[in-house]
Amino acid sequence: MTGSRTSTALAIALATGLALGTTDARAGGAHEGEQLYPVLTYRTGPYAPSGIPFLGGLHDYIRYVNEVEGGVNGVKIYTPECETAYSIERGIECYERFKHGYEGAPTAIFQPHSSGLDAALLDKARQDHVPVFGPGGGQAQAFDGRVFPYSFPLVFDYWSEASIVVKYIAERAGGYDKLKGVKLATLYHDSGYGRDTIEPLAILSKKYGFEDIQIPVPHPGEQQQTQWQQIKQANADWVFLRGWGVMNPVAIKTAARVGFPVDHIIGDIWSGSEDDTRPAGAAAKGYLAVSAFPPGTNFKVLETLKKDIIDTGKSDLKDTSKFGTVYYNFGVIEGILAVETFRTGQEKFGHRPLNTEEGQWALEHLDLTADRIAAIGATGLVSPIKVTWLDHVGGGSAKIQQWTGDSWKPLTDWLNGDRALFHDVLEEKALSYAKEKNISVRATADAPIN
Amino acid sequence: MHYFLVILTSGLLAGIMYAMVAIGFVLIYKASGVFNFAQGSLVLFAALSFVTLTEHGLPFWAAFLVTSLMMVVAAVIIERLVLRPLVDRSPLTLFMATLGLSFVIEGLAQLLMGTDVHQLDLGIDDVPTNFLGLELSQFDLFASAVAIVLVAVLSLVFGRTRIGISLRGVADDTLAAQSIGIRLPTIWRVVWSVSGVVALVAGLLWGARQGVQFSLTMVVLKAMPVLIIGGFSSIPGAIVGGLLVGASESLADIYLGPLLAGGAVSNWFAYMLAVGFLLVRPSGLFGDRTIERV
Amino acid sequence: MSATTLTATERSPRMAIATLRSLVWLLGSIAVLSPVFADEYWLNSILIPTIAMGLAGIGLNLLMGYAGLVSLGSAAFMSIGAFATYNLLLRATWLPLPLTLIAAGTITGVVGVFFGLPSLRIKGFYLAASTLGAQFFFEWLFTSFRWFSNNSLTLTISAPRLELFGLDLRSAPGRYLLVVIVTAILWLLANNIVRSRIGRDWMAIRDMDKAAAVIGIPVAGRQLLAYGISSFYTGIAGALFAFAYLGTADAHSFDLDKSFEVLFIVLIGGSASLAGNFLGAAFIVLTPIVLTRVVEWFDLATVFDNGVLVNVERMLFGVIIIVLLIREPDGLASLVERIVARWRVWPLRA
Repeated sequence: MTGSRTSTALAIALATGLALGTTDARAGGAHEGEQLYPVLTYRTGPYAPSGIPFLGGLHDYIRYVNEVEGGVNGVKIYTPECETAYSIERGIECYERFKHGYEGAPTAIFQPHSSGLDAALLDKARQDHVPVFGPGGGQAQAFDGRVFPYSFPLVFDYWSEASIVVKYIAERAGGYDKLKGVKLATLYHDSGYGRDTIEPLAILSKKYGFEDIQIPVPHPGEQQQTQWQQIKQANADWVFLRGWGVMNPVAIKTAARVGFPVDHIIGDIWSGSEDDTRPAGAAAKGYLAVSAFPPGTNFKVLETLKKDIIDTGKSDLKDTSKFGTVYYNFGVIEGILAVETFRTGQEKFGHRPLNTEEGQWALEHLDLTADRIAAIGATGLVSPIKVTWLDHVGGGSAKIQQWTGDSWKPLTDWLNGDRALFHDVLEEKALSYAKEKNISVRATADAPIN
Repeated sequence: MHYFLVILTSGLLAGIMYAMVAIGFVLIYKASGVFNFAQGSLVLFAALSFVTLTEHGLPFWAAFLVTSLMMVVAAVIIERLVLRPLVDRSPLTLFMATLGLSFVIEGLAQLLMGTDVHQLDLGIDDVPTNFLGLELSQFDLFASAVAIVLVAVLSLVFGRTRIGISLRGVADDTLAAQSIGIRLPTIWRVVWSVSGVVALVAGLLWGARQGVQFSLTMVVLKAMPVLIIGGFSSIPGAIVGGLLVGASESLADIYLGPLLAGGAVSNWFAYMLAVGFLLVRPSGLFGDRTIERV
Repeated sequence: MSATTLTATERSPRMAIATLRSLVWLLGSIAVLSPVFADEYWLNSILIPTIAMGLAGIGLNLLMGYAGLVSLGSAAFMSIGAFATYNLLLRATWLPLPLTLIAAGTITGVVGVFFGLPSLRIKGFYLAASTLGAQFFFEWLFTSFRWFSNNSLTLTISAPRLELFGLDLRSAPGRYLLVVIVTAILWLLANNIVRSRIGRDWMAIRDMDKAAAVIGIPVAGRQLLAYGISSFYTGIAGALFAFAYLGTADAHSFDLDKSFEVLFIVLIGGSASLAGNFLGAAFIVLTPIVLTRVVEWFDLATVFDNGVLVNVERMLFGVIIIVLLIREPDGLASLVERIVARWRVWPLRA
């Protein structure tokens, strides 16, 4: 039976691979004395077009810190990759592999690089005492460090984004008092991510009197004729597009198809990259988007990367035309945040690799001032952030940018989200979560975490 | 009333796009009884190859021809390596094999041609023009015309030519067809090639709307209820099924969605509609009625 | 096309029992010893998902392998089990965990019977439509109505408590023991079901439904029962998968890909084989991990860039599936059976 021989060979190959592969790599010490910073990747699957430039930016910045600056205070950063294809299960395997360090290098912080994995790790990470750090796209309620000591939705959340969009529309209308009667339609990806802005927009609409219209688009959003006819029928003045992937170019094209003016569509932070506008061609010219991760190459840190990494052939990018795009710069920003976190921790604990408890302390005391940002050369790229135990977001500002047909042009400076408006609602959510899960709420900054 | 008509037309137009994908399934199912889940990957592979070629300077028709040839080669390889060893196995096993095949094709496409999102401009305007009081775009009219031509050509090919008649023979009774000398592997190769070319056409139309990217593989999910309603083995059924699914899900999103928690209902509505149809006509609107013997 | 052709392989009963026994011994000893030897990584990312998905495989196998019916919506039933368990734990705090799981399984079973109703009229692949409808319907239901996730902002659910007789089961060995015990009990039960009157009726219907009807088997009733029992298993597997493995889940944790995964487990493990489901599950869980580890071991990342490697891994996974389907029509279970048979006569050649 020939089948049996092939299969036996296959079985043996699998078994050897298993024995080889899962032997405990954490015991070895090939990377002793280095700081582990595991990089979860999505180089395949539907997210890959954004994943590849993003990982390019992240790797390039870390490579620059390691090779040009000689590490963070001399401590090299070790960045093994783990491909998830955006699947939560693969992500959990990666988390389990790296959470207690790898090949002698300890873990300080863990980045899931996926909202789904971020949510899946909410409980696990608290039990394991691993700080999970997700810039942009984290859960708004996790701002409350008293209930979520190990979750850090740094920089930005969707609630702030909703208030920034309303603020911009108010500016264009000539003040918040002119918002009465304005119709704002939110076209959202029908998922937890998409529905996240329903509640803040209802609060904002109540406060400022604009009409709040919510229209869902089923995943993946490759057909939107019906939804755009609805928008037209409702006579909407503005559209807030909270899309994902293919939904974005289709939305822009379909808007043109029904004759809705493209310069009155404001995209979400995940609807505002080159990959969202370029496939829509001429229809996208004039399209607006919220940008927490500004694109462009005329930041000092990017010029340095160009000189030391891109031009010397050390870049992770195969296609260097991605340099300076939205997702590349997002990667650089994430790299900067990680490195600054290590720096903050090292100031307190000494110039050595940090463990997860020290990483948690470092994230909770991260203070990125305008001066420090200028010293890194990232003025205009990163907005100032100050994290405290009561506020794990620490930022909440973004710019509005416009697509000119071949690149993005910022229209505003940093706009601050109205986080005070939502504070009580979100706090209540966090506290009721604590109650449901029986979590003891931290009473002071230094209180021990259970 | 006008609004209703607008929604109805936009649904029907979407339905034509679904039908384009469904036709590829029907061809393969008819000839080999395989529910080919890899059709979506073929759509991606074809569109990506086409865009890559045009970006390297090939003119439209040359790129179309070269890509079609690639799809023929792919069909021959698939027939030899996957279908032939699995002949006479359960439909579910074949379905699973095409799932495995879709991993291979997707991996290969991204390995060779990258994961970038490509713009595809067919040079046809997609802005509203007044057509019989309804706002249609030239692109909509073009897509509909392509669908009609495709169905006409396929009906001619499979109704009049020798190979088409052999195909129908195979679909009716595989054993009898083989016994009168019809070579099954040849039929399979031809059918998979043709559905590869259909995948290319579908990929170009879809790609022009949404950009050529990985998400093209997801159009299969939309094609499935179309197939169930139209019947797995009927080309006109695919068109009618597509129109029905497109129209009803558009109307459901507008009129049913708000009644049910405001969510978008179109993803499951089409399937429920399909089940409803099945209970009345167990083999689809146009499907072959299978006769069971004891 | 008819569903009766799914599989009807006849194995010698003594052989099957011998295999089953050795497999039970093997898996049993692994199960008992693992908390001692395996570290958290093994428990959390390999053993727990393998066993939970194996249980889901048993659920589908009862339906497909034994009763000859099709389902492409296993993940939907897993999600019903998970959401039911969550709401019961949250809202009926007086209910102990074992009863909660049984109740959640029963709820799933009732829904399963409902979605099995079309089977009385539709046959073969068209039947898949109904279960596929369930797949998309429940993804929509659990995203649209926040009540199911207790008004959670992100629509995710996570186990409010996992305790058995006052024992906290949230640690890795605790969750592992929960999964192993539940699965062992249900496996035994399944083993008895398929050998009982019900199981024999299922196989008779699978092999020839008309003949089964002629000899007086209540075909319709037995088919609905198959949907009910299968969904009961799948629902409990979903609850274990969500709370003992993932920790947190939302409707999209149970998407179409997950349904296909369960289908893979059944076909690769072996249709109409209970032990095979765990082999199939192990295959699904381990193959991607092994592929990445092999890459790491040989330091291939220094030769090729990561983008190339991950795509090659994806292709290899597809190729392995196709090769297994071609070479092992009866699944990994029959492969193990042959290897065992060879061992039994070693050193004599068979």
